Amino acid sequence: MPMSYFIGLSVVMFAMGILGVLLRRNPLVVFMSLELMFNSANLLFVAFSAYHQVLDGQLFVFFVMTTAAAEVAVGLALIVAIFKAKRTIDLDQMSSLKG
Amino acid sequence: MSLNEIASLHPFFQLAPLVVFLPVLGLLINLLVGKRLGEKGIGAVASLATGGAFAVAVLLAVGLAQVSEGGTLTLANWINLGDLDVNWSFRIDTLSVLMMLVVSGVGTLIHIYSIGYMHSDVRHNEDPGRFRRFFVYLNLFIAFMMVLVSSDNFLMLFVGWEGVGLCSYLLIGFWFEKGADGIGNARAAKKAFVVNRIGDFGLLIALFLLFYNFGTLNFTEIFAQAPAVAAAAPGAIMAITLFMLLGVTGKSAQLPLYVWLPDAMAGPTPVSALIHAATMVTAGVYLVARSQALYFEVPAAQNAVMWVGALTALFAATIAVGQYDIKKVLAYSTISQLGFMVAAVGMGATVAGMFHLTTHAFFKALLFLGAGSVILGVEHGHAHAHAGEHGHDSFDPQDMREMGGLRKRMPLTFIVYLIGALALAGIAPLAGFFSKDEILAAANEKSIGVYVLLTAAAFLTAFYMGRQLLMVFFGKPRSGASEKAAESPLLVTLPLVILALLSVFGGALNLPGSHLLETWLEHSLAETAPGQFVLTVALISIGIALLGLLLAWLVYGRKPIFEKGQPDPLRRPLNGLFKALENKWWVDEFYHTVIVRPYQSIAKFSAGAVDQGVIDGVVNGMGSLVQSGAKAWRRYQNGYVRSYALTIVFGVVLVITYLVLR
Repeated sequence: MPMSYFIGLSVVMFAMGILGVLLRRNPLVVFMSLELMFNSANLLFVAFSAYHQVLDGQLFVFFVMTTAAAEVAVGLALIVAIFKAKRTIDLDQMSSLKG
Repeated sequence: MSLNEIASLHPFFQLAPLVVFLPVLGLLINLLVGKRLGEKGIGAVASLATGGAFAVAVLLAVGLAQVSEGGTLTLANWINLGDLDVNWSFRIDTLSVLMMLVVSGVGTLIHIYSIGYMHSDVRHNEDPGRFRRFFVYLNLFIAFMMVLVSSDNFLMLFVGWEGVGLCSYLLIGFWFEKGADGIGNARAAKKAFVVNRIGDFGLLIALFLLFYNFGTLNFTEIFAQAPAVAAAAPGAIMAITLFMLLGVTGKSAQLPLYVWLPDAMAGPTPVSALIHAATMVTAGVYLVARSQALYFEVPAAQNAVMWVGALTALFAATIAVGQYDIKKVLAYSTISQLGFMVAAVGMGATVAGMFHLTTHAFFKALLFLGAGSVILGVEHGHAHAHAGEHGHDSFDPQDMREMGGLRKRMPLTFIVYLIGALALAGIAPLAGFFSKDEILAAANEKSIGVYVLLTAAAFLTAFYMGRQLLMVFFGKPRSGASEKAAESPLLVTLPLVILALLSVFGGALNLPGSHLLETWLEHSLAETAPGQFVLTVALISIGIALLGLLLAWLVYGRKPIFEKGQPDPLRRPLNGLFKALENKWWVDEFYHTVIVRPYQSIAKFSAGAVDQGVIDGVVNGMGSLVQSGAKAWRRYQNGYVRSYALTIVFGVVLVITYLVLR
């Protein structure tokens, strides 16, 4: 398969991720969009790793996945805390930190 | 000459610092424990302190009689900075010791007089607590004056110069809540201070130039280098001497800065006698005499000094003719006599100038103290004549129109005042005759124009003193106060008698033929012209003085002097001219319009348009700029995470675009 397919898929996934983060109001969906972006990056890592015949890229993917897992854990905990305080998890309601 | 050498030469010279420290000790005692001493104690401490300084000065003089070249005693190193090396040193030579003798001698008498005078004055002004303050200031003044005259360099001289200016300010404003509108005295003090600042600015510039051109401020070194520097840079010496002249016109009340001295009469009378007649105002004369070596290098500057002095002498004398306030007449007379001295030192007749300074200190102190005695007597009479009356009236105890006939009420004061007035008028053989005659003789030789000016001033001097004598002491009393006036107590009259004796015999200091003062001073001065006695000049000066007195008698003495409320008899024949004299040639008004008013409007402009407008505008503008900027930017701080994320995306896109397209 030509390399450009992987890159194209990755770009599409990343764009979907960005749009999800920017447009959705549900934090769970936002998190999923974030994961989408992580994974688009991971896809590229793996693709280039295979293409160049070096293992560094595949190694890096594990780090990214670990970080993503930790980030989700923290994020979900925050969301639970916010829900307890505000009785809602709508992102548009969380705008008290403004000038 | 090193310190040890001096010490081995004459032990008396080691006492020199005491002339400063004894008055300081006196003021410290009065300051710390004065409250418990009572009025007599305070007066005694202050007088003893000054008297002690006088005793030390006498010892120094005795020492100088044996070791006439004098010496320098270094007390402390003040500034040591690169090339600049300034010590607090006492220069003991005949010129400085002469000044010390005059200052402390006349000062002691005035201290004693003040005990009696201030006793009444503080009661008249209803604040006996200020008695102590007065003597503290007086001792402080003596200390600073001694610093001024004993210094061996220009910087310590400047310290003393400023110090006496401060004391002058404090003492003019001694009754600072009194005077016209309750602020008149404070205003007079402020005026003296501000006008003196202008002069001091000149002196300070002269000091800077001296250091720049000579690399030192020490008298001996500067005067030794003067001819060399004058040859290399004549302009520099010219500038130094002219700026110094500006300082002299401020401190010694010469044209055009004399205006503060008449207003300074707001101070208590002993202050007028001590500071504004006998000692402080002569500091300018001393400065020129001391810097003679510099002035000899530039004849043009000498001429400037001479003409300033001569013009002042005549100008002030004319104003004195039209004044009614007993102290104002004396104030203008002082300015006029200072003009004589300044003209003398300008001519290079330094000995004559110093001689006149000394005799003038005697008879002008006598006149002022006599005037103080008259004021006391009139105040006393006023209190008696209006006993039982309440409420404050506008009675002015210094107005000569309210006096008259005091000869019978205050006989002793009358006699000493007469002596002082005749000495001032220049009637032989009183002190003033000899000193004034020496100046006139020198002027006659140097410049006929100056001679004419000074002779005219001498004529007016005799006239206004005759006018004052006749108005105050002769005729019939013109008010209840002068009718009931009483002779002053012994403490007041005793110094008057001593000063009167000095005014009579002071001429012996430098009699033609003996030239005592000249032989005394020739050790300190660069060059002394041999004093001369020209018979024609002497006869003319006596004739002029007698003529002035006669004219005064014709105008004021023949008829019973004008009744209360009537205009001055001179007003009709002189008409407009007398009005000008009465109003002091409108100099104050002129200065007010030409300098003070524009200055005030500039100040108002700077305070309003420049400070509040431009400077505050810039500062406030910065503030509101930041504020409005913040107001615009806070729209982006909306709290929505997604909009921040959008910003990040844009940022990343921009950075990447740049990196790719680079």
